[in-house]
Amino acid sequence: MSVIFDILAAVGLWEAVLRIATPLIFGTLGVLLCERVGVLNLGIEGIMTFGAMVGWLTVYSGGDLWTGMAAAALGGAAFGLLHAILTVPLGLSQHVTGLGITLFASSFAYYVFRLAVPVATSPPTVEPFRPLDVFGLADLPVVGPVLFGQTAPTYLALALVVVLAWVIYRTPLGLALRMAGENPHALDAQGVDPIRLRIWAIMAGSALMAMGGAFLTLAAFNSFFPTMVQGRGWICVALVVFASWRPGRALLGALLFAFFDAFQLRLQTVVDGVPYQLFLMAPYLLSILALIVMARRARVPQALMQPYRRGER
Amino acid sequence: MTRVLELRGITKRFGAVTANEDVSLHLDQGEIVALLGENGAGKTTLMSILFGHYTADAGTVRVDGAELPPGRSRAAIQAGVGMVHQHFALAPNLSVLDNIVTGTEPLWRPVSRRSAARAKLAGLMDRFGLTVDPDALVADLSVGECQRVEILKALYNDARILILDEPTAVLTTQEAERLFATLREMTGQGLSLIFISHKLNEVMAAADRVVVLRGGRVVAERATEATSKDELAELMVGRRVERPRRPPATPGAVVLEARDLRLSGRGGASLNGVSFVLRSGETLGIIGVSGNGQTTLAGLVSGLHAPDSGALLVKGREITRHTVPDAIAAGIGRIPEDRHAEGTIGDLSLWENAVLERIWSPEFSRRGLVRRRAARAATAEIIKGYDVRGAGVDSRIRLLSGGNMQKLILGRALSADPDILVAAQPSRGLDEGAIAAVHARLLEARARGAGVLLISEDLDEVLALSDRVRAIVGGRLSPAIPSDDADARRLGLMMAGDWAEAGEDAHAV
Repeated sequence: MSVIFDILAAVGLWEAVLRIATPLIFGTLGVLLCERVGVLNLGIEGIMTFGAMVGWLTVYSGGDLWTGMAAAALGGAAFGLLHAILTVPLGLSQHVTGLGITLFASSFAYYVFRLAVPVATSPPTVEPFRPLDVFGLADLPVVGPVLFGQTAPTYLALALVVVLAWVIYRTPLGLALRMAGENPHALDAQGVDPIRLRIWAIMAGSALMAMGGAFLTLAAFNSFFPTMVQGRGWICVALVVFASWRPGRALLGALLFAFFDAFQLRLQTVVDGVPYQLFLMAPYLLSILALIVMARRARVPQALMQPYRRGER
Repeated sequence: MTRVLELRGITKRFGAVTANEDVSLHLDQGEIVALLGENGAGKTTLMSILFGHYTADAGTVRVDGAELPPGRSRAAIQAGVGMVHQHFALAPNLSVLDNIVTGTEPLWRPVSRRSAARAKLAGLMDRFGLTVDPDALVADLSVGECQRVEILKALYNDARILILDEPTAVLTTQEAERLFATLREMTGQGLSLIFISHKLNEVMAAADRVVVLRGGRVVAERATEATSKDELAELMVGRRVERPRRPPATPGAVVLEARDLRLSGRGGASLNGVSFVLRSGETLGIIGVSGNGQTTLAGLVSGLHAPDSGALLVKGREITRHTVPDAIAAGIGRIPEDRHAEGTIGDLSLWENAVLERIWSPEFSRRGLVRRRAARAATAEIIKGYDVRGAGVDSRIRLLSGGNMQKLILGRALSADPDILVAAQPSRGLDEGAIAAVHARLLEARARGAGVLLISEDLDEVLALSDRVRAIVGGRLSPAIPSDDADARRLGLMMAGDWAEAGEDAHAV
């Protein structure tokens, strides 16, 4: 027990939680935005990989870090547009299209990476985002490094939670977005084109996903390798269900998962005699449990995965 | 009188099909115009063009003298045209207020102005007597309330011209009456209305003027005072339609007997001691206001529910296992109340739907494999014998119109020669031609010797087809009266539960 207490008492753990959560927050908000307008985007895993590569490559070739984030967002939006064209006006299967985009975007990212960086024994690195010192409070004991000593994209992600929640619940645009995912016929009858709204929302959501990927190369690992997303995209898809499609709860879910992850990493190093794979499994198992509990109460957008065609019911 | 709306020379084709041909009609302020026509006559297409959902191939729409740009709903809304769709365009997960406000503000406004919206909505509810809780989720509303939300949505957009597409299709008789009273009230406040319908009763009762559409053309226009139901029926169908008459009954042995059936409500109303007998060669009509247990009763006889107590006897033998296959095996044919939800599976083909309930019989399967040829042949026979039009054996049944779907269901139920036929709301939502066909089939089954249990909210239908009538009120049945002695007043009293008043001479048969 004292081992567990030691881990929980260490500032390093809590510092890591927000860091690990950041790409998940970006990704979860992206999925949430797509699904709120009624489109499942399983392209996320590939879009995150692509975003990670584009962000890294931009900075590696001399761009600054924010240019890298912006380039990643643009790349993500481009894949979002592809997904949107296939699923919205053409009404193709959202599962198949999404998985196809994941396969394509991941492979394409690696291909471009190999073209740009032909041979390397150890992957080349870039100078990453540095931890900030917000309000000069980073030196406070415990809360300082945890809350005020993170990198800039983490604060951007947190701000986006607030922005997205505001947009969805407080603005006419948000109401239209929700209506597009609940009953696009009703939206059309009120004179707003659901097709266009869905396309834009998917592009924006995909841009967020790609920024989550870019965080990995520009703030966490400093270099790109093709398997680095490691299922984070799929976790985001599950977290959105866990969050019942609400931005605030999505943040909570991302933090919860990140906590489990950070905790098991530390547990691995201090507990002997237990295969480390069991610890690796733990956050996923706990996520599944949380999902089962929460998903029962989730209110699914009624038109999720239903293509909209005018005049057809 | 000011002319608020004018459609001139509207023509619309879908491929080779002409949905509207050179249709012209107008609407004056404060008027209620009924657009009457059978299913497929082009009523909904015409209104969709007016509302900008479709673009017409030719013709113009003018609101207050100004021409509307084609194909833009926004323009129609801004010109003051509101449409209340037959299938409600509402989001069940959102609140009433959210549903109404969607799309009414500029999308890029940073905050939605909720309190102003709430005040405006409260004003409208007050003015027109349409009350709904603005914060309720639409999922929790009744059908009648959903329709009120749809109307409020149009009014919230400052509609002065309201188009209602088959507004009573999903309403009970009482709700429909209340709706028309509200609509009349609205015209008094300067609104003008068009409602689409194929029901002659409500057209005669509610409209000032009737425009009859047939085969995509306007075939007649009449002031309601200057016409009659019979004339309108003939204009609408294009020939004289007479509902078949009921020949005298020759009741035989008792085929179905219910003894004090009780079933506490499970998703429907309860049954609180239902007893009746049904003889071969007769039709027993059960009337009642919806929600009084008729759905439960139909489900029980069909094998969907088991009673908590009491007994159901088929030809003198008590049914002990209440399952659908047992009911079918006992010789009970079923016409379910909701043909889309319970009667058919939309994405399966006609033949699959036609044989599914008897798929285990040796006729349609052998050693666990479906005998497709036999099943298709049997279906083709139903299609031919029951005049099912609009799709072939292998088409998805979803493609059929309501009337044709009902004919297929009738054919499916009757081709097994049932001794008992349970028909729940058999002509709900059908047009005149289809109603006549359904009635003829029900009478045919009776003539062949089946006992028909007819459960319906349509008094005309019950009186036309039944030999005896009972009312169901609060899960209990009134005594039976011969339908020849029944009239609307007496049936009304029976449905209100005033049995003694209704029939001093009522005798339990």
